[in-house]
Amino acid sequence: MSRNYIKGLVYFSALITFGSLFFIISFILIKGLPHLTPALFSFHYTTTNVSLLPALLTTFMVVGLTLIIATPIGVFTGFYLIEYAEKNNKGVELIRIATDTLAAIPSIVYGLFGMLFFVTFLRFQYSLLAGVLTAVIMVLPLIIRATEESLLSVKDSLRQASFSLGAGKLRTIFKIVLPVAMPGILSGVILASGRVVGETAALMYTMGTSTNLPDSLFSSGRTLALHMYVLSSEGQHVNESYATGVVLILTVLIINALSTYLSSRLTKETTK
Amino acid sequence: MEDSQKKLAEHSGKSRLEKIGKTISFLCIAFIVFVVLSILYFVASKGIATFTKDGVSLIDFLTGKIWNPGSIGENGKPLTGALPMIAGSFIVTLLAAAVATPFAIGAAIFMTEISPTVGKKILQPVIELLVGIPSVVYGFIGLSVVVPFMRNTFGGSGFGIISAAIVLFVMILPTVTSMSVDTLKSVPRYYREASLALGATRWQTIYKVVLRSATPGLLTAVVFGMARAFGEALAVQMVIGNAALMPTNLITPASTLTSILTMNMGNTVMGTLENNVLWSLALILLVMALFFNILTRWIGKKGAMN
Repeated sequence: MSRNYIKGLVYFSALITFGSLFFIISFILIKGLPHLTPALFSFHYTTTNVSLLPALLTTFMVVGLTLIIATPIGVFTGFYLIEYAEKNNKGVELIRIATDTLAAIPSIVYGLFGMLFFVTFLRFQYSLLAGVLTAVIMVLPLIIRATEESLLSVKDSLRQASFSLGAGKLRTIFKIVLPVAMPGILSGVILASGRVVGETAALMYTMGTSTNLPDSLFSSGRTLALHMYVLSSEGQHVNESYATGVVLILTVLIINALSTYLSSRLTKETTK
Repeated sequence: MEDSQKKLAEHSGKSRLEKIGKTISFLCIAFIVFVVLSILYFVASKGIATFTKDGVSLIDFLTGKIWNPGSIGENGKPLTGALPMIAGSFIVTLLAAAVATPFAIGAAIFMTEISPTVGKKILQPVIELLVGIPSVVYGFIGLSVVVPFMRNTFGGSGFGIISAAIVLFVMILPTVTSMSVDTLKSVPRYYREASLALGATRWQTIYKVVLRSATPGLLTAVVFGMARAFGEALAVQMVIGNAALMPTNLITPASTLTSILTMNMGNTVMGTLENNVLWSLALILLVMALFFNILTRWIGKKGAMN
């Protein structure tokens, strides 16, 4: 009797969990798809036609620049933590605490720090550059964590074989360890780009919300998520907000699907 | 002879490359530490300025119930009581986590214990995809579905703590579920086998063995979800109504630390009391983030010992 009761509860909670998430996706799709008109993809934003193309292009710019800066820093940090530093080193523990701290900071605090440091202190104003640098700091812990995990999953025997053939540390890392660990690192990098696409609070106070496509690193712009936030809080373009939501969700889902696919490939290869 | 001696004594190009590699890696590490320290320093120095420069007492700030930094209260000091926001943040977070936890764990049990094949092939990838849905989407759904629903059911404006808690509940659900699934999966198979061999039913095994040994991991998942809910800014700000009043019930407009920050940061002048006191709110957020971080570490250590 009580067994059925518990079983019912478990089924019910699974139903609610997946039901609510399914509801969100389908709600946005149903409300947004009919309004996804070609006009929304016009190159210029006007107050009558709230085109999302400038925001979409800005998003790609921000993601691209962020990854170009954050990936080498994050990957090399991972190298140091796993390949160079001695195990049980006190300093490594400290750095792990530092990256964990970074990962735990709410994005609004990143945004405020970016405003204080990049926008005001370094006088970048509300600009693409300030937004990108803030996003770099935000995604670093993700990339470091992914790099660490995939480096750890590489068997030590590979490294030892490489060393015994006379290869140095750096050569071993680049020629032996990195190729094996690549899918995992890539999956982390792609996950990081998904995070940037969905980010609003950290970018609002660093990039501003200008509707134009930024023409230099020092001009303001808005990403797609910010665009949707502004549209929906103004409340005048509800249909367009839904349509923007469709594009935003699809972008993030594609990015995350890629990341999941790559990391599943890594686990398959390492457990072979 | 001399030549070869010299050659041997010199560093080769390869070994120089090795040195460069190590130096670059070390510089990256130094950069990370520098970034963390400067975030802590910048936010803390701004946040503390309220108390040192503007002379607001910490107790007034933490326990005062009236928030109106622009005007002066009866005691001649600015009205900088942050208790409404602190209370708002905690209530919203705890409500969301309290509702999300059973659903997330239930869904995780379903995915790992009841139908592992469907769970592994379909549901887990789906949940992992959903973790990435941008928070602004949740906020927008809250604004266009939850708020009108609340308005029609309870009257009033529809904005309020309960709307924010519902939005956060749905938002942290994928995160907590996905982490719970990982935890339940890491429970060794032989625990289950031993329990079943002793004659326990499947439900007894799940309840008394699997959940028991997964407790630290499940707690970590919940704390992680709470940290995310506590720090969420825009999704909450869209549905809570942003009235800096002491919350008296769940259906009237209230505010959280993050919502007041996002609302007012752009409207105040850097260096004034109105602005500094916002940084003090940001400092509370930062301290809470560190607290959640320490909590997960502590749970992890405790769990590792058992």
